[in-house]
Amino acid sequence: MRLPSGGRIDRTTPLTFTVDGVTHTGYRGDTLASAMLANNVLAGPSIHLGRPRGIVAAGVEEPNALVQVGPEPMLPATTVELTDGIEATTLSGRGRLATPNDGYFDKTYAHCDVLVVGGGRAGLAAAVEAGRSGARVFLADEQPELGGSLLSTPDTWEWLDTVVAELASFPETRVLTRATVFGYYDHNYLSIAQRRPGGGRLWHVRAGRVVLATGAHERPLVFAGNDRPGVMLAGAVRTYLNRYAVRPGRRAVVCTNNDSAYATALDLLESGAEVLVADVRDEESALAALVRSAGGEVRAGTTVTGTTGSPWVTSVSLGSETADCDLVAVSGGWNPVVHLHSQAGGTLRYDDATAAFVPDVARQAHVSVGSANGELDPVHPLWTIPAADGSWDTHFVDQQRDATVADVLRATGAGMRSAEHVKRYTTIGTAHDQGKTAGVNTLGVIAEALGAGTPGPTTYRPPYTPVPFALLAGRDRGALLDPARVTPIHAWHVARGAEFENVGQWRRPWYYPLPGETMTEAVLRECRAAREGVGVQDASTLGKIELVGPDAGEFLNRMYTNAFAKLPVGTARYGMMCTADGMVFDDGVVLRLAEDRYLATTTTGNAAAVLDHFEEWLQTEWPDLRVHCTSVTEQWATIAVVGPLSGRVVGALAADLPPKFMAFVDTTVHGVPARVARISFSGELAYEVNVAGWHGLAVWEAVMAAGEEFGITPYGTETMHVLRAEKGYPIVGQDTDGTVTPLDLGMDWIVSKRKSFVGKRSLRRPDTARPDRKQLVGLLPVDPDDLLPEGAQLVAPDTPLDPPVPMLGHVTSSYRSAALGRTFALALLRSGRDRLGQVVHAPLADRTIAAIVTEPVFYDPEGTRRDG
Amino acid sequence: MLLIRCPWCGPRNEVEFSYGGAADVVYPPDPDALSDAEWGEYVFVRDNPRGPFAERWVHTAGCRRWFRAVRNTVTHEFREES
Amino acid sequence: MTHPDRLWRNPCLKWSYDVVIVGGGGHGLATAYYLAREHGITNVAVLEKGWLAGGNMARNTTIIRSNYLMDESAAIYEHAMKLWEGLSDELDYDILFSQRGVLNLAHTLGDVREGVRRVNANRLNGVDAEWLTPDQVKEFCPIVDISPDVRYPVLGATLQPRGGIAKHDHVAWAYARAADRLGVDLVQGCEVTGFVRSGGRVVGVDTNRGPIRAGAVALASAGHSSVLASLAGLRLPIQSHPLQAMVSELLEPVHPCVVMSNHVHVYVSQAHKGELVLGAGIDPFNSYAQRGSVHVVEHQLAAALELFPVFGHAHVLRTWAGIVDTSPDASPIVGPTPVPGLYVNCGWGTGGFKATPASGWVYAHTIAHGEPHALNRPFGLDRFTTGALVDEHGAAAVAH
Ligand SMILES: Cc1cc2nc3c(=O)[nH]c(=O)nc-3n(C[C@H](O)[C@H](O)[C@H](O)COP(=O)(O)OP(=O)(O)OC[C@H]3O[C@@H](n4cnc5c(N)ncnc54)[C@H](O)[C@@H]3O)c2cc1C
Ligand SMILES: [Zn+2]
Repeated sequence: MRLPSGGRIDRTTPLTFTVDGVTHTGYRGDTLASAMLANNVLAGPSIHLGRPRGIVAAGVEEPNALVQVGPEPMLPATTVELTDGIEATTLSGRGRLATPNDGYFDKTYAHCDVLVVGGGRAGLAAAVEAGRSGARVFLADEQPELGGSLLSTPDTWEWLDTVVAELASFPETRVLTRATVFGYYDHNYLSIAQRRPGGGRLWHVRAGRVVLATGAHERPLVFAGNDRPGVMLAGAVRTYLNRYAVRPGRRAVVCTNNDSAYATALDLLESGAEVLVADVRDEESALAALVRSAGGEVRAGTTVTGTTGSPWVTSVSLGSETADCDLVAVSGGWNPVVHLHSQAGGTLRYDDATAAFVPDVARQAHVSVGSANGELDPVHPLWTIPAADGSWDTHFVDQQRDATVADVLRATGAGMRSAEHVKRYTTIGTAHDQGKTAGVNTLGVIAEALGAGTPGPTTYRPPYTPVPFALLAGRDRGALLDPARVTPIHAWHVARGAEFENVGQWRRPWYYPLPGETMTEAVLRECRAAREGVGVQDASTLGKIELVGPDAGEFLNRMYTNAFAKLPVGTARYGMMCTADGMVFDDGVVLRLAEDRYLATTTTGNAAAVLDHFEEWLQTEWPDLRVHCTSVTEQWATIAVVGPLSGRVVGALAADLPPKFMAFVDTTVHGVPARVARISFSGELAYEVNVAGWHGLAVWEAVMAAGEEFGITPYGTETMHVLRAEKGYPIVGQDTDGTVTPLDLGMDWIVSKRKSFVGKRSLRRPDTARPDRKQLVGLLPVDPDDLLPEGAQLVAPDTPLDPPVPMLGHVTSSYRSAALGRTFALALLRSGRDRLGQVVHAPLADRTIAAIVTEPVFYDPEGTRRDG
Repeated sequence: MLLIRCPWCGPRNEVEFSYGGAADVVYPPDPDALSDAEWGEYVFVRDNPRGPFAERWVHTAGCRRWFRAVRNTVTHEFREES
Repeated sequence: MTHPDRLWRNPCLKWSYDVVIVGGGGHGLATAYYLAREHGITNVAVLEKGWLAGGNMARNTTIIRSNYLMDESAAIYEHAMKLWEGLSDELDYDILFSQRGVLNLAHTLGDVREGVRRVNANRLNGVDAEWLTPDQVKEFCPIVDISPDVRYPVLGATLQPRGGIAKHDHVAWAYARAADRLGVDLVQGCEVTGFVRSGGRVVGVDTNRGPIRAGAVALASAGHSSVLASLAGLRLPIQSHPLQAMVSELLEPVHPCVVMSNHVHVYVSQAHKGELVLGAGIDPFNSYAQRGSVHVVEHQLAAALELFPVFGHAHVLRTWAGIVDTSPDASPIVGPTPVPGLYVNCGWGTGGFKATPASGWVYAHTIAHGEPHALNRPFGLDRFTTGALVDEHGAAAVAH
C-alpha cells in the first residue's frame, strides 16, 4: 500500500500504466516495481513450476518481476522507471522478440583520471575527494539519481543534496546517471551502458584509476516456501518504504542472521506496521531493545522454517509455532558487488565474519570502497534451514530458474564437486539476474552437502547486467556496417543502370543490361564489343602501390616469383607473388616509372593485404633495403579501353601513345596529365588510361564520346572475367584458393630459377612437387550449349557415384563465350595436364555433364590480337 | 580493447593495430640450404608460450610501423621497455 | 549404494596407467570412452587440471555440421556426424542433439562459388548438402533479412539439413559417465606439469599430485597443447587465441535453425531453453586468458542485427571466451609425435566440438594401435614438412 506521505516520489504527477492489461496508477519517481507493489500486483508465475511469485528486491538483483514493456523483453520491473502509459506484461522467465529495434544507439569514447562506479555514500565521497583535486572524474550510477542506498535513508538526504551540488561545481567532473558500468576489460577499459530517451549510449572509458563503489546485494534465506509472494529482501522493504512510500505489508515478520534488517524492522514500525523479528542468532542483538521500545517483538534463536498462503503469504512457521503475517522481510547477509573487481582480474577472498566473498588483490588500477569492499555487518551464516518434514524441494536457491536445494543435492549426489558443475547441472545463476541473489547461497548449500569448505565462486563475466544487442551494435548498421568504396566514375555507372557486385569493400559494375536484356545477353554483347570493336571498363579499383627507393627493384625481385630489377623504365611486366608456403597470393602488372620507382598493381580485393605484406617483409626482414611503399589506389582513376578499335578511341584523346605492348607513356589525355599503358587482360589491343582521380569522370565521359562512333560499350566484371578466361588467365581467389602454386597454374615461365623469392623453397617440398597435383586446365563441354556450374566437381568417366566418390578436381570458372560460340570452363584437375584430350564428368544433383580437357587457352593462343 | 604503446605514436587502442605473432623469427638466409623439415618449421611453427611473449604489432591505422613488444599472454600486460 | 543420477566417481589417483590422457575436455573424455569401449583398454586416467569439461567444451556454441570442403575433412567430420546420430542411445543420455539444419550464407559471388563447390563436393562425399536461393533461405529461416538493400545482401546459402546443435555439458557428462562405468579414472584438479622420460621415450607425467607412470601419454589439451608439448621438447604449429561467445536471455522460439555467415561474421542459434547463442570472431592476439576484447563482441552484434533485425531488443546476458588452438591450415593435428610414447590431438581451433566423437574415436584407435587410423592419417604433423596441408580456409581472398 502507498503511504500517505514521504518518499521521493512526485505526488503531483500521477501516472497511469497497465500490467497485463489492467490499469493502475503510480507517481513520477516510482519504478514499475514500486508502483506494482503499491497496487498489490504479482510478478509472473515461475518458469517451470508455475508457482506464483512476487517482487523480491528493489534493484537489478530482482529475480522474479520480469516484464515485457512494448517490444523490449525481460526487463526487471525494479529497473523500469515509471512513465505515463507504460504497457507491461509480466513474464515467466522468457521474453518475446517481434519487431526490429529502431531506437537510436550511439557510442562515445572517453578518457578520465578517475572513474567512480556507483553513486552511493562511498562512491560520492570518493568522487568528491577526487573532484576537489581537480582531476577529471567520471561518476557513473545505474539509477536515475545519485545516492544509491542513501535514497532509502531519508535522514541522509540533506547531506546527499550538498554533495551532489558540490560535484556539479567541479568543471572536470562528469556525472552519468542511468549509466551501468557493465564491463571491466584489460588496461582499465570500462564499458558503460547509458539509458537515454529513445535509445541509449555506449560509453567506452579508458580510466587512469577506478574506484568501485558498487555496494552490496542482500542474500535471501533458504527455507521451505521462501518463494511465496510477500517474502522479500529486508533491504528492499526498507527501500520501498522510504524511497517510494510503499509499504509492502502491514504485519511483518523480519527474519535475519545479522543486524542490518533491524533498520527495516524499525522503519516498518514507524510506518505503523506490526513487526516480529526472528533472529537466527542465539545471542540477542543490541538492536533488539530498540525494536521492542518501538513496539515490535524480537525472538533470538528463531527462524522462519516454512510459509503458507495463496498466493500471498499469510503466515510463517517459526519452528513449532506459526505467526500470521502478510510480509516476510528476510536477510541472509550481504554480498559485496564484486563483479567488476573480478572482471578486472582481481581476486576474491572468503570473509568468515560476513560470510561473503570480498575483494582481495586488484590486478589493474582499481580499488573497492564501502560495502563493495566488504564493509558490512557480521552475520551468522545459515545456508539452509531444514523444513519440519525434511523436504528440500521448496527451498528455492534460484527463483528465476526454479532451482531448489533438492536440485543442488541431486548434482552433488551425481558426483559433482565444483560450483561450475552444479551451476550447469541445476542452471542456477544462469538466468537473467545472473544469480545475483543465488550465487553465494548456492556455494553455501554445496559446502553443507559435501561437508567441505565453501568452494570458490564461479567466474564473473561481462556484462554485469544485461545489455541490449542494439546498444552494442550502435550505429555500425546498414550502410555503416562496412564502408562502401566507389570509384570517381561510380555515379555514371549508376546512371547507366549497371548491376553491381561487392568486391572486398568496393562496389563494382558487374554488367550493364540494356532495357529488357538478361544478364547472359548483356555479357555476350559486352564481350562481342570488346573483341570486335571497343569496350571500356572502370578498372580504378585495382590496387596500386608505388615503391620508391634505390632498392625497389631488388625488393620486388624478392617478393615476386619473376624478376623486376632489370625491367626497363617505361615498360611493364606481369608478376605473381606467393606466400611463404609457396601458394599463389596475388598477381598484377608492375610498371617501372623511373630507375628508383615502380608502380605495382594488385587485385581489387587484395590491395590492402599486398601493401601489408610488402611492408612487413621490408620492415621486419629487410630493413636494410631502401624502399618506401605508398598506396595510390584512390589517387588514380583507371579506364581500360579494350578491343581492336581501342587505339582509334584513345588516339583521339591522347597526345602520345605507348610504342608497344607492355609499355607506357606519361602524356595527356583529354588535356589532363595521364599515364597510358598498353596492358591487356583480354588478349585484345588495349590501353589503360590512368588519370588523377578527380579527372576520372571527365576523362571517362571523353572516352565514351570519342568512342561513340565505334559503338564503344561499357562492360563490367563479368565480361572482364569471360575475356580473361578465354585467354586462360587465372583470377586469384577464383581459380586459386590458397592451395595452388604458380606451377599448378601451368605458369612455370613465371617462376624464376635464378633468383630467390618468398615461397620458393616451399615449391620443392615432397607434396608440393608431386606431378599429380591439381592443375589448371580448360574444359569444353561435349554439348557446346551446356554450361558447367562453377563449383561442379569432376570425376573420371564411369566412376560409380556411390559416396565417397573419388574426385579429380572442380570447375573454377565457367562461361558462355561469344567469341567461341559455345560454353567453356577452367578447372583445377588432378594430373590435369596428363589428361588433355580426355573426357571428365561433372556429376550434378540432377544430371551429369561430360567435358573434354583442353589447354586453358581458348582464344588466340598465338597472341596475335594484342597488337590490334 | 588492449592499450598498445606504439614506439612512435604512443599509447593507442588495439583497433588501430594488426597483430604479427611471434617476434624474432629470422628469415633463413639461404632457404635452399634447409631440409624440408627445417623449412616447414620456419614456415609453420612459432612459439606459443603461456606468460611473457615477444611479439610483433604493426600500427596499421597509424604510422604503419612494425614493432616488437613483450606481452604476458595470461595477464595481457605489456612489459615496460626502459 | 550408488546415486541414481551418478555421473562419475571421484577416484583416487593410481600411480600407473596404461594410458594417461591429459585434458578432460570433450576430446579427452571421448578418447577415454572409445579406448575402453572399442579397444578394451580400461586402465586409463583422464587428468584434468580444473573441472571436467570446463575448457572450450564448456564454452563453445555447439554447432555441429560435417559439410567441410576437403575430402579428408569431410570424411572425419562425417564420421563424427554418424556417431552423433547414435550417441544419445549409445551413451544412454540425452545429449539434446537437434538436427535442425545449418545454413552457411553467401554474400558475394565468391561466396556463392565456394558454396556451390562445397555442396557438390559434399554430396559426392556422402554429406547431405543443398544450395538454397535467397527465397529458400527465407523460407527455411524466416527471420533472416534477405532484402537486396543491405550492405551485403544474402545471395544464397548452403544447407546441411543434418547439421544442428547439441548440449555441450550433456555430451561431456555422457562420455564421462560411460567412461567412468568402464573403469576409467576421471581425475579433476590434477595438472600435468611435466613428463617422465626414459631414454627418449615418454613413460609418464609429472603432476601437481605427483608423478604417474603411463604406457602412453595422449594430449587432449586444446588451447594448452603448445605449453604441454614444449615440456616434452616438442614444438607444435599451434597458436592459442581467445574466441568469444555470448548468450541472450531466454526468449520464445524465434530462430529455427543454425545460421553462419563468414562474410559478415555471425553464427547464431537458439538453444533448447530459448537463449540466443552467438559466436564472435577470433581475437587476433595470442592469449591464455579466456578473455577477449569488447570491440570484437560489438562488431559481432552489429553483424547479427544486420542479418536478424528482430534481435535488436534482445539483451546480452553473458559473454565469455575460450582458448582456441589454431593451426596453419585450419585443420586438426591428430596422431603420434616424434617423441615415442607421446600422442597429440589438437588444432581443432574454433570448430572441434562437432568433431568430438570422431576425434575421440580415431585418437583411441591411434593410441591403441600405435599408428593412425585412415581417417586421421592425413592430419599428422608430417604434413607441415611435406606440404600436404588440408587447407580449410577456403578461397583465401575474393579478388579480381
Ligand atoms: C567460444 C567458442 C565457440 C566455439 N564454437 C564451436 C562450435 O560452434 N562448434 C564446434 O564444433 N566447435 C566450437 N568451438 C571449438 C570447440 O570448443 C573446441 O574445438 C573443442 O572443445 C576442443 O576440444 P576439447 O573439448 O577437448 O577442449 P577443452 O574442453 O578445452 O579441453 C582441454 C582440457 O585440457 C585441460 N588441460 C590443459 N592443460 C592441462 C594440464 N597441464 N593438465 C591437465 N589438464 C590440462 C583444460 O583444463 C581443458 O579442460 C568453440 C570454441 C569456443 C572457445
Ligand atoms: Zn604508430
